[in-house]
Amino acid sequence: MFTAIFGAFESGIIYAIMALGVYLSFRVLDFPDLTVDGSFVTGAAVAATMIVSGANPFLATITALFAGFIAGCLTGIIHTFGKINALLSGILMMIALYSINLRIMGKSNVPLLNTETAITHVRDFWDKTGIDSFFNSILTMAGLGGSLPRTWGIILFMLVVTLAIKFLTDRFLQTEIGLALRATGDNKRMIRSLSANTNMMVILGLGLSNAMVAFSGALIAQQGGFADVGMGIGMIIIGLASVIIGEALFGTKTIARTTLAVIGGAIIYRIVVTMALRVEFLEPGDMKLITATIVILALIMPKIIDRTKEKKRKAKRLAGSMNISELPSGGKGETGAAIKSDS
Amino acid sequence: MRLVLQLNQIHKVFNEGTPDEKIALDTINLTLNEGDFVTVIGSNGAGKSTLMNIISGVMIPDVGSIYIDGQNVTGMSEYNRAKLIGRVFQDPMAGTAPSMTIEENLAMAYSRNKTRTLKKGVTKKRKDYFREVLETLHLGLENRLNAKVGLLSGGERQALSLLMATFTEPSILLLDEHTAALDPARAELITNLTKEIVKKYNLTTLMVTHNMQQALDLGNRLIMMDKGQIILEVEDGQKQHLTIEQLLNEFQRIRGTKMASDRALLS
Repeated sequence: MFTAIFGAFESGIIYAIMALGVYLSFRVLDFPDLTVDGSFVTGAAVAATMIVSGANPFLATITALFAGFIAGCLTGIIHTFGKINALLSGILMMIALYSINLRIMGKSNVPLLNTETAITHVRDFWDKTGIDSFFNSILTMAGLGGSLPRTWGIILFMLVVTLAIKFLTDRFLQTEIGLALRATGDNKRMIRSLSANTNMMVILGLGLSNAMVAFSGALIAQQGGFADVGMGIGMIIIGLASVIIGEALFGTKTIARTTLAVIGGAIIYRIVVTMALRVEFLEPGDMKLITATIVILALIMPKIIDRTKEKKRKAKRLAGSMNISELPSGGKGETGAAIKSDS
Repeated sequence: MRLVLQLNQIHKVFNEGTPDEKIALDTINLTLNEGDFVTVIGSNGAGKSTLMNIISGVMIPDVGSIYIDGQNVTGMSEYNRAKLIGRVFQDPMAGTAPSMTIEENLAMAYSRNKTRTLKKGVTKKRKDYFREVLETLHLGLENRLNAKVGLLSGGERQALSLLMATFTEPSILLLDEHTAALDPARAELITNLTKEIVKKYNLTTLMVTHNMQQALDLGNRLIMMDKGQIILEVEDGQKQHLTIEQLLNEFQRIRGTKMASDRALLS
């Protein structure tokens, strides 16, 4: 059980980078970008193919990031210069990327077992430091000795990488260009009248978003030990689930808070799915159904909570007004006015 | 006196070659000198908004040329031209980004005539400056720099839009019925602010309005449009003595009919 949650946490942190990308396109730019399903695989494909052919795994991961950037920019160009609907341009790019990904990999699956990847590098480096034995001894003392994770190194390393990307994103969204990018998603007409090239902003935003997605895909491929042409199916929904869950649970007061919420959402999503799959009658194939259910719940629940709160408040107000009208003094109109100004 | 805006023989047709063909602007010639404040009146469909859109670059004229500060901007894209032009729209929601804070909105306006970089948008120095310019609105917004603009009232948002359009001192200020969507009290506030700000920065201004009294009260020149043409130009000096009645009579004399818009008559 603990090992499973631990594993979910580990991949959750990596998927969080993808979720940050989805946040950038979906929330900041207000652009429902379905390129994600394709660019996630593009990242995995580029990294896996390069690693198998002997390239440095870190270089391969960075190259994957750039490949994702180009894919996102292309979606932006199709949308802005081709004047094609946002959803459609994403879908078109996603379909196109399917073939491109197959071309990159040369086959539908590239295994990375027994290959040196960024993940194994980190693991080896970490093993040398011997910090694991310290953590593990604490857990063993706590009575969890039977379910130790393989290594702490990956989690800590990924946590550092993900938080670095989060801080860079926060920083970027406060710059002059970042502000114009946010305004492009908020009020295009206004920011155009303030001399920002909204087309370029959409292209740049989608590029950055898909760069993060591809980066995440490259890391997931190395963590899972393979790149598969079908591994991106439903990725946009997973990203969306992370964004929505995170926002609902942790709030959206500031940008820094929201990006942190998105990371939290990605981790929680992974844990929920892992737990759900441990339920007897559910099969691994049910995962997409579970995802869809989670997203629907995450979208509906806040509204239901708001409505019950509103009802309670109304009931309270009603009770209050009845108390006042029982008082003998004062005309009805006056008490009514008093209640109105109260609420 | 320096020429700021020059419109030469501007012609614009919508839906050309179809039964819905409509001549929106018909050979418009207009020049604005530095410091001119021109009010534009006319009934619905007279071409006032098209004129604004042609100047700001939202639309490109079919024929004719546009010069701003001596520079030919006829084919220049809207966002490039925006470096020279400050705009306030009719819709109070249109001029600001609701999910961003007051200081972020001001920072975006601050970058209007500059190249946007990866430097921080809201710096401490700029914050002080923003506070200073916000004080001129007398709305207390200088104490709410971190409030999201979506929380402000329509009047406050329009005042902020006006400030954002003007505090970087554009070559031309375009006001497109910017008080029409507000209640009378707010409209008066914005009108007074407009007067103050235009005077303070000595801005060359073109203001479209439906309100004849406002058109007479503000500015030093007035033009009346109808069916895509400028049918009357009142120059500096004559405008002060003009009344609404005279304007309406003038329209009737030129066009041979009464002015079509009830809205313009009543206000």
